[in-house]
Amino acid sequence: MSEPTPTTEAEVRTELASMDPEHGVAYVRDVPVESLPPPAGETGALAWLRRNFFATPLDSALSIGVILLILWVVPPIIKFTLIDAVWTGTDREACLVTAARPEVGACWAFVDERLAYFVYGSYPIPERWRVDVFFAMLAIGVFWLLRLSAPRRDLGAFYFFVILPVASYILLKGFPAIGLPTVDTSLWGGILVTIVVATVGIVCSLPIGILLALGRRSRMPAVKLFSVIYIEFVRGVPLITVLFMASVMLPLFVPEAWSPDKLLRALVGIAMFASAYMAEVVRAGLQAIPKGQYEGAMAVGLGYWQMMRLIILPQALKITVPNIVNTYIGLFKDTTLVFIVGIFDLLKTIEAARIDPKWATPVTSTTGYVFAAIFYIIFCYGMSRYAKNIEARLARADRR
Amino acid sequence: MKRVITTFALAAAFGLTAAAASAQTLNTVKSRGILNCGSNAGLAGFGLPDAQGNWTGLDVDYCRAIAAAIFDDPTKVKFVPLTAKDRFTSLQSGDVDVLVRNTTWTSSRDTSLGLNFTGVNYYDGQGFMVRKSLKVNSALELNDAAVCVQQGTTTELNLADYFRANKMKLKTVTFASADETTKAYDAGRCDAFTTDASGLYSERLRLAKPDDHVVLPEIISKEPLGPSVRHGDDQWFDIVKWVHFALINAEEMGITKANVNEMLKSENPDVKRLLGTEGAYGEQLGLTKDWAVRIIKHVGNYGEIFERNVGQGSPLKIARGLNALWTKGGLQYAPPVR
Amino acid sequence: MSVAQESIRDAGPPKVSPIRDPKVRAIAYQALLCLIVAFLVYAAARNAIVNLERAHIASGFGFWDVTAGFDISQTLIEYSAQASTYGTAFWVGLLNTLLVSVIGIVLATILGFLVGVARLSRNLLVVRIAAGYVEVIRNLPLLLQLLFWYNAVLKALPDLRSSYDIGGSIFLNNRGLFFPSPIFHSGGKLLVGALIVALVGSIAFRIWAHKRQERTGQQAPVLWVTLALFIGLPLLVLLSGELSVAFSYPEKGRFNIRGGVEVLPEFVALLLGLVAYTAAFISEVVRAGILAVSKGQTEAANALGLRQGPTLRLVVIPQAMRVIIPPLTSQYLNLTKNSSLAVAVGYPDLVQVFTGTVLNQTGQAVEVVAITMAVYLTISLVTSFAMNVFNSRMAIVER
Repeated sequence: MSEPTPTTEAEVRTELASMDPEHGVAYVRDVPVESLPPPAGETGALAWLRRNFFATPLDSALSIGVILLILWVVPPIIKFTLIDAVWTGTDREACLVTAARPEVGACWAFVDERLAYFVYGSYPIPERWRVDVFFAMLAIGVFWLLRLSAPRRDLGAFYFFVILPVASYILLKGFPAIGLPTVDTSLWGGILVTIVVATVGIVCSLPIGILLALGRRSRMPAVKLFSVIYIEFVRGVPLITVLFMASVMLPLFVPEAWSPDKLLRALVGIAMFASAYMAEVVRAGLQAIPKGQYEGAMAVGLGYWQMMRLIILPQALKITVPNIVNTYIGLFKDTTLVFIVGIFDLLKTIEAARIDPKWATPVTSTTGYVFAAIFYIIFCYGMSRYAKNIEARLARADRR
Repeated sequence: MKRVITTFALAAAFGLTAAAASAQTLNTVKSRGILNCGSNAGLAGFGLPDAQGNWTGLDVDYCRAIAAAIFDDPTKVKFVPLTAKDRFTSLQSGDVDVLVRNTTWTSSRDTSLGLNFTGVNYYDGQGFMVRKSLKVNSALELNDAAVCVQQGTTTELNLADYFRANKMKLKTVTFASADETTKAYDAGRCDAFTTDASGLYSERLRLAKPDDHVVLPEIISKEPLGPSVRHGDDQWFDIVKWVHFALINAEEMGITKANVNEMLKSENPDVKRLLGTEGAYGEQLGLTKDWAVRIIKHVGNYGEIFERNVGQGSPLKIARGLNALWTKGGLQYAPPVR
Repeated sequence: MSVAQESIRDAGPPKVSPIRDPKVRAIAYQALLCLIVAFLVYAAARNAIVNLERAHIASGFGFWDVTAGFDISQTLIEYSAQASTYGTAFWVGLLNTLLVSVIGIVLATILGFLVGVARLSRNLLVVRIAAGYVEVIRNLPLLLQLLFWYNAVLKALPDLRSSYDIGGSIFLNNRGLFFPSPIFHSGGKLLVGALIVALVGSIAFRIWAHKRQERTGQQAPVLWVTLALFIGLPLLVLLSGELSVAFSYPEKGRFNIRGGVEVLPEFVALLLGLVAYTAAFISEVVRAGILAVSKGQTEAANALGLRQGPTLRLVVIPQAMRVIIPPLTSQYLNLTKNSSLAVAVGYPDLVQVFTGTVLNQTGQAVEVVAITMAVYLTISLVTSFAMNVFNSRMAIVER
C-alpha cells in the first residue's frame, strides 16, 4: 500500500497502460464483476431462522425451550379433545375406561346430550322457540350497530337500546294477553341467562356510565361529589360483594311488596357495577377532547346538553369505542360470577350437569370446562378482534 | 338527568307508602295465584329438578301439598332454588312464602333468624361417609382426618363439636355448595364427607363409584328437618303446620291417594273431622272444608310421599326408622283434628 | 349620544330572570339532587328497619364477640372453633385474603414483566407464544380458570399414600405441600436483628453510593455489598453459636400429615389462577409502557456508549415506569378484589369465611356485607393513595 490507490476508471486504465508499455494493455475488464451472493448465513430459510430464532445463544435456548413447551402442551390437548374423544353415547358407559379403550379423551357425547340444557336451562321445551327468536333479534341488533357501513345506524341504536329490551322482556318472560304464557325466570338458564345478563349490563351501563362521567366532570360540587362517591365505591369493591349486596340486602331496602325476583337482583348488581367502570372509560374519552371544542360549542350559543349531544359526546364516544368494547369483554366474563349467587348461567348449568351420576366419569368435568372455554373464547376473542379493528381504523383516520 | 331523578323520586315515594302496610301471607299467595316455595335444587330425594324442570322430592311434595290445600292444584307452586347460604335471607325478605329445604330446626334459627319451624317432616342426624379402602369402621377412628363439609350449615358446627368432644383432631375443608363439596370429596381432597345421613345416601349416588364408599354407623347429631315460615303471621304458620299434621294423620288413619274418595263416606269420627265431612275445621284455618281431601287427593299421605321419594320406591332406599309413625315405633305424631 | 352611553355604562351585567340564571339553576339542581339522595337513603334505611323488625331478625354488631364454633382450614393467627369468636374469624379471613393477594401480586408482576418483555423480543417464536398466552388467558373468565386449576391441581397430585416425598421431610400430595418449619429456641431475636441491620445497612450504603456517584462519578458495587450484608450477618449469628434451631417436621399420620408448614391445594389453585390471569394483563401494561418510550431514547443511550443492559435499566425502564404505574396499580387492586373468587374453590378468604359462614350462622346480612365491602374499599383507597404518592415522586420533574 505504498502507492496511492487509483480511484477513477480513467486512472486505472492509465495505470494499467503504464505498467507494461511494450505489450500494450494486458487485460482490461470492461464488464463489471458479478456481485457475489451474500454469505449463505445471511439469506434463505436458514438465515431467516437464525435471525429470528437463534440470533444469540440466549435466543437459541429460548427458542428450544419454547419448542419443547409447545411439544409438551399441544399434543396432549389435541389428543384429549379430538383423537381420544368420545363422540357418541347415551350415558357414562360410553366414556368409561375399558380394556378395549385404555385412553378416554373428552366426552363430547355428554355435551351433545346436555346441549339443550346448556343453551336454554330449564326453559319449557314447547316455548324454546321464543329463546331462539330472542337470539336472532339480538344478533340483528348487534350486527346493525357494529357494522360501520350498515344503513341507518341511528335507527339501529334506537332498536338496540329501546325496542330490543322491551320486546325481549315480553318475549322471554311472557305476556299471556297475546298468547305467550309466562315463563318464570327461575326456569331460565344456561347460555340464555349468560347472554341476558351480559346484554342487560351492556344496554344499561352505557347510558348510566355517560351520565356518571358527565357528573364527575360537572362544575356543580354536589353532582360531582355523588358521582365520585358512587364510582369509587363500586370500583373499590369486588363484583361478588356487589352481587351479594344486590341479592341479600336489596330485598331489605325495598318495601316487602316489591320483592324483586332473583335474576332481576343479579341484573341490578351487574348494571350497577358495569356503569361505574363504563363511567371511567367515558370520562377518559371526554378528557381527550380538546378544550377548543367546548369553547367553540359555547361560542355558537349551544346549551350544556346540546353541546354534549351534538359536539362532545359523538367525538368522545368515537375514540372510546375500543375501550368500551374491552369493558364489555370484561363484563361478559364477569357474568360468570352470578353463578355464586345461585343463578343458573352457563357455568352453573355445566357444574350442575357434570355431577349428574348419569354422566359421572373422570373426564366429564374437564369436558364441560373445555366446552365453556370454547364458548367464552369465541365471544371474547370476536369482541377483542372487533375492538382492534376499530382501533386500527381510528388510527388510519387520524393519519389523514 | 332530570327525568331520571323524577323517576327515582316517584319510585321512592311509592316505596315508603307500600312499606307501611304488611301483607298477610295467605292473601298474598291467593292473589298472586301461586305459592313461592324455597327448595333445594340439588339433593336427590328432597328437592331436585331434572333437565326439563320437573321437580321431585320429599320437601318438594310438601310444597305441593300446601298449594293443593290452598288452590286445589298442586302445580300452583313456583320452586325457588336456594342454596344453604341464601335460604334464610330469601325467606326473611319475602322472596319465598315457605322454606322447605331440609333445614334443621334449632333454637337460634327459631328466634334470632326470625323463623318459625312448623314441624319435623324428616328426623335426620349427621353422619359420615368414607372410602371403603380406608378400612374405617367407626367415626371415632377418624382422628386427624380431613373432612369435607358444606359451609353455612349446622353440620359445620356439629362436626367441630363432635371432634372436640371425642378429643380428636380435625381438618375441615369447607365449600359453598353441596355440589362442590361432593366433587372435592370424590377427587380425594378429603378422607370423609359429612352431612345429614339422608344427604349422604343421596350424594353417594352422585359419586363416580358409589360402591367404593361406605356410610359410617355413628349419627353425631339431632337434625330435625322441617318447613319454616317468617315470624309474625300466625295464620300462615298454622296452615303450614297443619298441612304437615294432615299428612301424618292421613297415614295413621289409612287414608291414601287411592282411597280418599271412598273414605269420604267413612263413619269414623276422626276421619270425618279430618276430611271435613264433619265440623268446620278447614275454615278455622282460613282454608276450605275439604282442605285435607285436596292434599291427599293430589300428593298422598306422609307414608306415600316418603316411600316415593326416599324410601323403597326410590333409588335412595332409606328405611323409615325414626320417621315411622308413633304407632310403629317411630317419632312421627300429629295432634288430632277437633 | 352621551345619554345613551351613560345608561349602558350604568346597566352593568344584563338582568336575567332567576330561572334563567345558570348559577341559580345550578344551586337548585344540586339542592334537588341532595334532597333526593337523602330521601333515598332515608327510605332504604327505614325499609330495612321495618323489614328487619317484621322478620324479627337480630341487628347490630353483637355477634362479633360470639363464639364461632366452626373450623377454618388455614389460619395465620391463633384460632380454634371452640375458643375463638366471629371477630377472630373475620381477622383470619382478612389475613388469608392479604396473604394470597401479596404473594399473587409479587408473582404476577414477575411473570407479567417477563411476558411483556417477551412480546417485544426479536425471537418470533417467543413473541408468538407470549401473544398466544395473553390472548387465551384474557378471553376466558377467571372463575372458569379457577375451577379448572382446582380440578387440575387435585387431579395432578397423588393421594396421601403415594405422595411425593423428598428426604422424608417434604411431602407433596393432594392434601397440599408440607415442609419443615423452623422453631427458634434461642437466638431467634438475634437473627431478626441481624436481618434488620442488613436491611438498614444496605439501604444506607445504596444512598451513600448514589451520592458519591453523583459527586465523583465513581460507581460502588451496591449489589455485592447488599448480598454480603444479607448473607454475612445471619451467618455471623449462626457461627456465634447463640442460635439453636429445631425443625418441626411434617409427619405422616393415618389420614393426614401433621406438623411443619402446610400449603393447601386450594391456596395453590387460587394463586395459580390469579397469577396467570393478572400476569396477562400486566404484560400488556408493560408492553405499552416500553413502547411508549421513544426509540430516540435508546439510540441516544447507545450513542453515549451505554450497553444493552444499562440502557434498559437506566434509560428505558425509568421512563416506561411512569406510564406503567397507574394501570399497574389498578391491576394489583383487581387481583386483590378477584381473590374473593376463592369462594369457588374453598380457600378460606374473607368472603368465604365472613360473607359465607359467618353470614349464614348469624343471619345478619346487612352488617356482614357492609363490613366486607368496607374492608375492600379501605384496601383500595389505601393502595391508590400509596401509589399516587409513589407516582408523584416518579413524575417528570419539569425544569
